[in-house]
Amino acid sequence: MNEKLQPVVSALTARPGFRSEEFRGEVTLFVPAEQIVDTCRLLRDEFHFDMLVAETAVDYWPKLEPRFHVVYLLYSFASNANLNLRAPLDGNAPHLPTIEGIYPNANWYERELWDMFGIRFDGHSDLRRILMPAEWEGHPLRKDYPLGYEEVQFSFNHKEVDSKKPYARE
Amino acid sequence: MTDMQEIDLSQDETLQSIKHLVSERALRGETMLLNMGPQHPSTHGVLRLLLELDGEIVVNCIPDIGFLHTGIEKNMEAKTYQKAEVMTDRIDYLNNMGGNLTYCLAVEKLVDLDVPPRAQGIRVILAELDRISSHLLWMGTSALDLAAMSVFLYGMREREMIMDIKELVSGARMMTTYIRPGGLWRDVPVEFESAVRNFIKVMPGRLDEYESLLTNNALFKDRTQKIGVIDTEQCIHWGITGPVMRATGRPFDIRKAEPYSGYDQYDFEIPTATSGDIYGRYLVRMDEMRQSVRIIQQALDMLPYGPVRSNNRKFVPPPRSELSTSMEAVIHHFKLWTEGFSAPKGSVTASTESPRGRLSILIEGNGGPQPQRVFYRGNSFPNLQIMPLLSKGHFVADIVGIIGSVDIVLGDCDR
Repeated sequence: MNEKLQPVVSALTARPGFRSEEFRGEVTLFVPAEQIVDTCRLLRDEFHFDMLVAETAVDYWPKLEPRFHVVYLLYSFASNANLNLRAPLDGNAPHLPTIEGIYPNANWYERELWDMFGIRFDGHSDLRRILMPAEWEGHPLRKDYPLGYEEVQFSFNHKEVDSKKPYARE
Repeated sequence: MTDMQEIDLSQDETLQSIKHLVSERALRGETMLLNMGPQHPSTHGVLRLLLELDGEIVVNCIPDIGFLHTGIEKNMEAKTYQKAEVMTDRIDYLNNMGGNLTYCLAVEKLVDLDVPPRAQGIRVILAELDRISSHLLWMGTSALDLAAMSVFLYGMREREMIMDIKELVSGARMMTTYIRPGGLWRDVPVEFESAVRNFIKVMPGRLDEYESLLTNNALFKDRTQKIGVIDTEQCIHWGITGPVMRATGRPFDIRKAEPYSGYDQYDFEIPTATSGDIYGRYLVRMDEMRQSVRIIQQALDMLPYGPVRSNNRKFVPPPRSELSTSMEAVIHHFKLWTEGFSAPKGSVTASTESPRGRLSILIEGNGGPQPQRVFYRGNSFPNLQIMPLLSKGHFVADIVGIIGSVDIVLGDCDR
């Protein structure tokens, strides 16, 4: 393992519920969802992981426990090291405390996660949809959300396809 | 005035949905809410900014994004690794080669694939050419927004040369998909070297030309200096990298911090400025183009001969010539173009320095030929997030300059 990450990982994996994984030289730390705020604060203040590069999620549907992994990509300017955090979440009404107070740019990433995965962030200041229209139903990046396509309209099936379009119904 | 008081703002649905974002004065009707976009020419795409104005002064700026959301990440999950790549040059459509490169670096990391040195050299040349082309478009359009018309025409002239080189190698001017996992689609044609050498010969002189139009232009300086100021501390807080961060004095560049594709063998500097304003970002980008020319020159001089694709047939299709003589090649070809290759379980992130800053792509494999998740971390998203920070207290007319200076590409933002 990267020697710069060794102290961080050994300090955190000593706690109950934490574990680390290494794949292709990248270190991922699994954090219990309820402890994510404390972990981020500790990483920022004690270990100088001062930038949140991005926050995203992975959906493992149809597996339900845990269904989601919320992924935090952290970067430390002081040691030029990357660390990934993962918080596993169950599929039933997933929610997680916000880390907006520690990394302000999490605001938009968490809005995106609510929009795309339907993960709620408790204590978030502005949890509106960000990419989809405000009145949209469903969360597109969930695996049980169909990809969808539009049937190509030719002259021979023009009427048939047109009748299925929402605007044509009146 | 009596007409004004008759409007009941508590019934206004739009205002009620954003009431936690605007000041109390807006709720009383004392400040004006003005929509800028989504079809405003200076927003460089479809972006809506909701401005709260006190006269000409911006009190708050609320960006509304998503007009260009096309579900690219969702689409990539439904495609094989090779087919998903064509999406990456459509996300950030001004950094096609850089998008391809980042995606390929991630896939190569995921499946543990080597890239021959010649392919790496060509990748660097093309990525740097794309950086220059993106900066030229930025320079032209953002100066155009500030009413400097001629720079745009000059910038487009040189950008055309880069477009021609891209067309020469890949057959397409923008949507190239030329860099492939394990190397390149094919070797560059013989005309490539002379075309690039011609370009790097004329470019330094042309850069002086642009600078003579803008750098000491009093009107341009008036519109850019001390406007949209941000400091290093705030950049770190808000996840801002690239020229915006370098303009605050922090020489952070992924090409130096986490070198990829052999950037560590080239000798180049990271330009910085200290002011953190629009003018600083302008100076940084102009210098970056000079450094890119330097890198291209070295990469071209050092470019070795040899294969441009990995020889690992489980991931890289065999050359066409082998198909008529080898049954094994036919089988590999067939398997790769129908089923695709399988990647192991696990997630990797690859980062490169795009013209806009740190570009990271996260790919998670699930053991099959399609990714479980592809996440694209562009820079237009965080750069737009700091719009309120940059624009508070400035004039409406300066918003145009600020949007231009953070160099957003809406495709990169909305994905």
